[in-house]
Amino acid sequence: MKIVIMGCGRVGAQIATLLEQDGHDITILDIDAYSFRRLPPDFKGTALLGNGMDGDVLKRAGIEETDVFIAMTQGDNRNVMAAQIAKHIFHVPRVISRIYDPLRQEMYDTLGMEAFSPTAIFAELVREKVES
Amino acid sequence: MYIIIIGGGRVGYYLAKALLDEKHEVLIVEKNAQFCDIINEEMGNVCVRGDGCEAATLTEVGTSRADMLVAVTGEDEDNLVACQVAKHKFNVPRTIARIRNPQNEAIFKKLGIDVTVSATNIILEAIEKEVPTHPLTHLITRADKGLEVVEVRIPQDAKTIGKSVKEVRLPEGTKLALVIPKDRKPAIPNPGTVIREGDQIIALTTPELEEELRAILTGI
Repeated sequence: MKIVIMGCGRVGAQIATLLEQDGHDITILDIDAYSFRRLPPDFKGTALLGNGMDGDVLKRAGIEETDVFIAMTQGDNRNVMAAQIAKHIFHVPRVISRIYDPLRQEMYDTLGMEAFSPTAIFAELVREKVES
Repeated sequence: MYIIIIGGGRVGYYLAKALLDEKHEVLIVEKNAQFCDIINEEMGNVCVRGDGCEAATLTEVGTSRADMLVAVTGEDEDNLVACQVAKHKFNVPRTIARIRNPQNEAIFKKLGIDVTVSATNIILEAIEKEVPTHPLTHLITRADKGLEVVEVRIPQDAKTIGKSVKEVRLPEGTKLALVIPKDRKPAIPNPGTVIREGDQIIALTTPELEEELRAILTGI
């Protein structure tokens, strides 16, 4: 599959590394070239410098032939906007985004975006640990 | 009307002032405590501190009874999300977003934002109108319909001078709607209308064909 990941932070870089090992064609975007240091030296995918909310940058990343778009920046709203551009402008079949705010996550989930909230998931995880 | 403004920066501040003068009920949502204090001191208690993209904040300020929400923070993505939350969670009838990247105009329309305001485009249009030598002025732009109404001035060295409309090969999809000569009455052009120096021509075109139309009409 061709996969575009926006945001090369700890999580973004980790996802890129795992999916690339599984043999997928990966392009990872970040607005800071320094972030790409998190990718392993033998990473065979493409690291592209640019803003994933910009249609021209997405086109350069090959968004038109992309099967999955993953928005993983620190900003909820940045993820939401980029994911909607990928979904509604470029018609990427699967769009996954991280939204820290559980209420916003819930809303965009009902609007047809695959959104998950690390806040809700992690809080639940800790609660289970405490109560078990 | 009850109008909620997201973002108490310079745009939000002056917008609130103007709307209060027009006797609207106005409320600003601003993240920065210092900005909130300044606004509340100067305009009375019209500013609530909070994140305007969060449903909890919007509930607190009674968004479900708002007639309009205007998002004017400095970030396009924040304005988009504030408007979408207002629309989908609170059914606000009208949402307006400020945008910085003119490219986002079409995207925001597609994502359900009623009106977008791009300062970049407004400044550009004002410059075009103020600079009389600029041969092409945008009068109306409807990006969602792919329509532009433009005004083209015929410069003294244009190749089209003395030719009739019929002889000028206009790009397919463009149309001349009105000719305003310097010293005669405006007229709807017919194929025999002759183009003269200084004519103002009002034409219908598309964003893609605009440059070709200008080149043909003013061709040197």
